[in-house]
Amino acid sequence: MTTQLDRVDVVIVGAGASGAAAAWSLAETGMQIVCLEQGEWTKPHEYPSTTRAWEAQHFGAYSANPNRRGRVTDYPINEKDSPIAIANFNGVGGGTILYNAHFPRFHPSDFRVRSLDGVADDWPIDYETLEPYYDENDRMMGVAGLAGDPAYPDKQTLMKPVPLGRAGQALGRGFNEMGWHWWPSDAAIATEAYDGRAQCINLSACTLGCAQGAKASTDVTYWPHAIRAGVELRTRARVSQILVDDNDMATGVVYFDEAGNEQFQPAEVVILGCNGIGTPRVLLNSTSARFPDGLANRSGLVGKNLMFHPYASIQGIFDEPLDGSRGPGVCVWSQEFYETDLRRGFVRGFTYECNRGRGPVSTAYSGVFSGRVPWGAEHHKHYRKMVERITGMVAICEDLPEESNTVTIDDELVDPDGIPCPKLNYTLSQNSLDMMDFAIQRATEVLKTAGAYDIMSDAPIAGGGWHLMGTARMGTDPERSVVNEWGRSHDVKNLFIIDGSLFVTCAGVNPTRTIGALALYVADSMKKRLATLFD
Amino acid sequence: MNENVIAAERFNPQLRNALAAILDTMIPADSEFSAPSAGSEAIVNDVIQTMTGSSADEIVDLLRTLQETHGKPFNELDDEDRWRVFVDLERSNPHTLRVLGGLALQCYYRNDETLVSLGMEARTPFPLGHKVADGDWSLLNPVRARGKIYREV
Repeated sequence: MTTQLDRVDVVIVGAGASGAAAAWSLAETGMQIVCLEQGEWTKPHEYPSTTRAWEAQHFGAYSANPNRRGRVTDYPINEKDSPIAIANFNGVGGGTILYNAHFPRFHPSDFRVRSLDGVADDWPIDYETLEPYYDENDRMMGVAGLAGDPAYPDKQTLMKPVPLGRAGQALGRGFNEMGWHWWPSDAAIATEAYDGRAQCINLSACTLGCAQGAKASTDVTYWPHAIRAGVELRTRARVSQILVDDNDMATGVVYFDEAGNEQFQPAEVVILGCNGIGTPRVLLNSTSARFPDGLANRSGLVGKNLMFHPYASIQGIFDEPLDGSRGPGVCVWSQEFYETDLRRGFVRGFTYECNRGRGPVSTAYSGVFSGRVPWGAEHHKHYRKMVERITGMVAICEDLPEESNTVTIDDELVDPDGIPCPKLNYTLSQNSLDMMDFAIQRATEVLKTAGAYDIMSDAPIAGGGWHLMGTARMGTDPERSVVNEWGRSHDVKNLFIIDGSLFVTCAGVNPTRTIGALALYVADSMKKRLATLFD
Repeated sequence: MNENVIAAERFNPQLRNALAAILDTMIPADSEFSAPSAGSEAIVNDVIQTMTGSSADEIVDLLRTLQETHGKPFNELDDEDRWRVFVDLERSNPHTLRVLGGLALQCYYRNDETLVSLGMEARTPFPLGHKVADGDWSLLNPVRARGKIYREV
């Protein structure tokens, strides 16, 4: 039997990068806000960097892939028809618990892809619209960086950049010799004490949760402020569907609590921030007589245009000792090949996100399973040629939206509460394949110039579906988009979307900084229209 | 009872000896580097405690076969014969060898003696963290000199 709860003003689904930002922003209205999160609070004292077996946790309880991780708070995903597997985390903070905190902004050109390059679509908003929200999100998250990056318009920096270390210097010298752009990466990492968070101590394990609390996951940035401002955050609350009335207005959400009891949370406004897979999952599971193909899906575009960033990994082995895994993973970036140059054989471009190196176990895996380090008596000699001598980069390639790349509902797969789960159908485009090939060739050149004597490359990174975008895109045309230019559903006027699903195109950079800014922008748009929100 | 305990209980002395011998074949001790053998007691214990479920089944089956099919137990073969058998196994049982190899590397390269032999500290990353040099920021001067590269819209 479903329990009907007391009505609230706003229910937000998902407590990750977007849900946390919107909850904090809307709290100042004094509205009664409840956020429902299927996962739990994580405990920093339990994060892998507090244990000796920390590297192995990438393959266990802290794996980025929900199918491998298999926590009761996860939902399985059918990835059989995708060459790229999903990376996410379900809990307070969402994907920011396991992200690397590499924190670039979009560029002005990223919002004008159709106008500039004749592909995909322009966004209904531009960089200038989002700029104040980028700044606000930066203040809340705490961003480290170095002012003056010539790949961007001027932007604020709040803390000193992450250290170059030996790896950053080796790579920087290589980029300089090639005459290419590079710059210390913007990082959502406190390089000094910031807003109650301790400064980074180079733990090596950003992608396993930050035990120091220096990394800006939203459980330690937005949420303490939002909760103090009166937002109720309800964990172990897994939403199955959104209900609507005969006037096409959402009436609230149905969810399962920790004990498996079904609850109905009535609300005046429903906001979805479940990422580019979870949001279409909820919408497509919310079928009714008025929305037989899924809620807010009269355009037929819910779940379509799924974009990842296809990633290529290029790593060099050097003679000189580097940093190993010491430091934050974030190091320097290069945007030398960011903007379109059709002579390269593809449209749009990519960022090189340079990382530092690998820990002893990861080095051993790379060495043995690539055939560089043998078993037997020669093992030690060859291993010592690799350990603490690897650095390189990944190329974050812009993926163009295609309606054939989809999230649908699997016929059989269900989560622990019996809610149907997502299925992916995704094919890499020839443009993406050509871009990754180019990225590997050029990265090989710069790594050899920097002193690498051996190169390891891989594309696409099979487990690299970190960025989940495009499946409920924004736009002004209800037939070509799911929500309007400020995040409100075209079909359901009290339903808002605030996560990466909104993206019209995905740029060639990590999306989290833009997701946070977009969530603040949508929340602010709502606040400015409170009297006419549903008109 | 958790999966690790169930796996550990299946390792009688014979299977433990076989496991130690095959781990030693994969990563033997090296006096030049003061590196321990992966067949040392601490690492064998860690491997047994770490393996779970179907991986443990596969490895136990492999070890049982090893003990029975070469005239005498694998751990009683001389080094040359062990190596020959191991190379054959890589061809005939690639999946199981990969699973065992992953476990061996994971446990070997978090072992205190191994880390010390590599000049590393045998400790958890937290709470001490690590020192990383800021580096030479003047390396950015050529990038600054080149000027703006982003595209106007």
